[in-house]
Amino acid sequence: MENSVAYEKATELRLGLPGIDEPAVLSSVKNNKRSLHDEKSGENGKSAQNETAPPSKAQIVGWPPVQSYRKNNFQQAKKSESECGGIYVKVSMDGAPYLRKIDLKVYKGYPELLQVLENMFKFTIGDYSEREGYKGSDYEPTYEDKDGDWMLVGDVPWEMFIRSCKRLRIMKGSEARGLSCSGV
Amino acid sequence: MQKKTAYSFPDEILEHVFSFIHSGKDRNAASVVCKSWYEIERWCRRKIFVGNCYAVSPTMVIRRFPDIRSIELKGKPHFADFNLVPDGWGGYVLPWISEMAGAYPWLEEIRLKRMVVTDESLELVAKSFTNLQVLVLFSCEGFSTDGLAAIAASCKNLRELDLRDSEVDDLSGHWLNHFPDTYTSLVSLNISCLGSDDVSFSALERLVGRCPNLRRLLLNREVPLDKIANLLSRAPQLIEFGTGTYAAELRSDVYSNLAEAFCNCKELKCLSGFWDAVPAYLPVIYSVCSRLTSLNLSYAPIQNPDLTKLVSQCPSLQRMLVLDYIEDSGLEVLASSCKDLQELRVFPSDPFGEEPNVSLTEKGLVAVSSGCPKLQSVLYFCRQMSNAALVTIAQNCPNFTRFRLCLLDPKIADYRTLQPLDVGFGAIVEHCKDLRRLSLSGLLTDRVFEYIGMHAKKLEMLSVAFAGESDLALHHVLSGCESLRKLEIMNCPFGDKALLANAAKLETMRSLWMSSCSVSLGACKMLGQKMPRLNIEVMDEKGPPDSRAESDPVDKLYIYRSVAGPRFDMPPFVWTMDEDFASELS
Repeated sequence: MENSVAYEKATELRLGLPGIDEPAVLSSVKNNKRSLHDEKSGENGKSAQNETAPPSKAQIVGWPPVQSYRKNNFQQAKKSESECGGIYVKVSMDGAPYLRKIDLKVYKGYPELLQVLENMFKFTIGDYSEREGYKGSDYEPTYEDKDGDWMLVGDVPWEMFIRSCKRLRIMKGSEARGLSCSGV
Repeated sequence: MQKKTAYSFPDEILEHVFSFIHSGKDRNAASVVCKSWYEIERWCRRKIFVGNCYAVSPTMVIRRFPDIRSIELKGKPHFADFNLVPDGWGGYVLPWISEMAGAYPWLEEIRLKRMVVTDESLELVAKSFTNLQVLVLFSCEGFSTDGLAAIAASCKNLRELDLRDSEVDDLSGHWLNHFPDTYTSLVSLNISCLGSDDVSFSALERLVGRCPNLRRLLLNREVPLDKIANLLSRAPQLIEFGTGTYAAELRSDVYSNLAEAFCNCKELKCLSGFWDAVPAYLPVIYSVCSRLTSLNLSYAPIQNPDLTKLVSQCPSLQRMLVLDYIEDSGLEVLASSCKDLQELRVFPSDPFGEEPNVSLTEKGLVAVSSGCPKLQSVLYFCRQMSNAALVTIAQNCPNFTRFRLCLLDPKIADYRTLQPLDVGFGAIVEHCKDLRRLSLSGLLTDRVFEYIGMHAKKLEMLSVAFAGESDLALHHVLSGCESLRKLEIMNCPFGDKALLANAAKLETMRSLWMSSCSVSLGACKMLGQKMPRLNIEVMDEKGPPDSRAESDPVDKLYIYRSVAGPRFDMPPFVWTMDEDFASELS
């Protein structure tokens, strides 16, 4: 192939190279609309003694080349995903014309969740007891779990609840009462 | 030599001969033999492939080929898959659909890749192409289930609907209800990308139940495991099946129903899905394993020994996709069990973790290369590599057509010798004479590019990141790789010289992508002036290029050949370097 001399001759046009030795390490932002800034590393990285190259703290945009749906899919599967996106579930209330959506991750426990639901749909939930469910109101908060069963909100520990809750439904009236007095 | 004159062959005979030529390349070759062949060929061409939707305009295609029945279009560059192409870049299909609506009323097949497809486009498709049989939206975006509803309602002859890897706005699962009750022609349905928690399951069941020719069904993650058995029992003729979430509490009724359902699918050859898979339910597919030719476990967090045990039961595997949980030990089992293996893809379970979480190294790949003589295509993510291993792999597999190695630390050296991996990749290109696609990673100097230019004569696509030391590297590739069509480069110290010296080469390629390199604005302008049949697109989200010095490097550069001239649908952060651009600044 062409040796360096021929190559030099072949390039008639000589534009000054900006002279960046090190490729830039970019910091990443989650979405596509990001601003990139370059960090020129001080030393010449050409020598082979460095096994670990760019500072591993900064995530490099586009590396490793894993497609986003793979990254997203897998992050959802990881057990310890506290950094992961919210857990959005639909909330319906019997008689209400449309549904709402809430992020269960945002709340710290049942009291907060129930308060939010009360505000959202303008009703009051009764007092919860393990034995009798919600007493003192016509409404009962229920949820559909991963197995497709309808459960009363509050029976299981909060962490277990947010992991298994698929959607919420605020039941009204006799159907509600049936759920709280020993389910089918 | 006797010269046979063209008029001795009536057009009908030539047309008949052409009807046996299906490959676009061959048809293109035939069309340039002489004017009459060009004419005859263009009237009887039925299928067209446009690798870059901006290389030609719909008007031009329609003018030349008046009666197309099948079209394939590709939009964004490949690096869009890794978030390197900002939103709004382009790749809109609507202009194509609009023009084809009038020109090709008998269009039967539309295949799109990396394009922006709106609901408006889909509605137009539904309205205009009553004979539509195939709609493939591969890695597309911009549409919602409303658009799908329009397709479902109108396309009575639809056989194949494939949304693979697309980003769909899920407004409602009820789009499936729009397939009329009389619709029974479905053969292939891939909705695996849908995220909706509302895929109307009953509509899906009914659809599956009334389509006796359904052979391929890829469900989305939201379909729970306990619904699968019922679905499969309605479609025991399936050849390819993708599950939804493959996790549930172990219940003996669910388990036995599933096992029975899978057992009854006597023609099942390909399995995928397996999101969140739990080992407890793996044995239900054992009855299918011996027949499996393709298995995609790349969404399944199962580990050894369950994973290895599963793999060892699939002696007919030709295609295997898996997470690095398989580890070297599992790959050794794969190597000894699956002698028909042609394609292997190993994905990282923890791509951003700093420490390795699994024991997957170069040894696994070496084992597979040694044990699987038919291995042709590899995509392998791992954390360490050596030149010795690569040389062994190359010697074991001279038939490689695709070799993509991704070292999670992009500039890591040979872990044993601390040398660059030049020699290893050099061995790959030297031994694998049919190599069409190559992705490099690891510490690499200009040397590896010299080897590539020298040996990779059939190479069509090359992906490079964090490699090389100077323009010489790029020059080796551009001047040596005769078959090169697509070159994509990120974060390499390549500048103007090689690009300008090889400007003519760029017209023989589909496209060149360079991001975070050292190409100056001035060079881009010069290319834009010298090469009118190239579109030189400079992308910079920081501001217009003319606000900076000529010698400043551009952020992203996308160069592609085109007979359609510069495009006009660019977002504000993309500029075309053409004569107008250059002159208005001088």
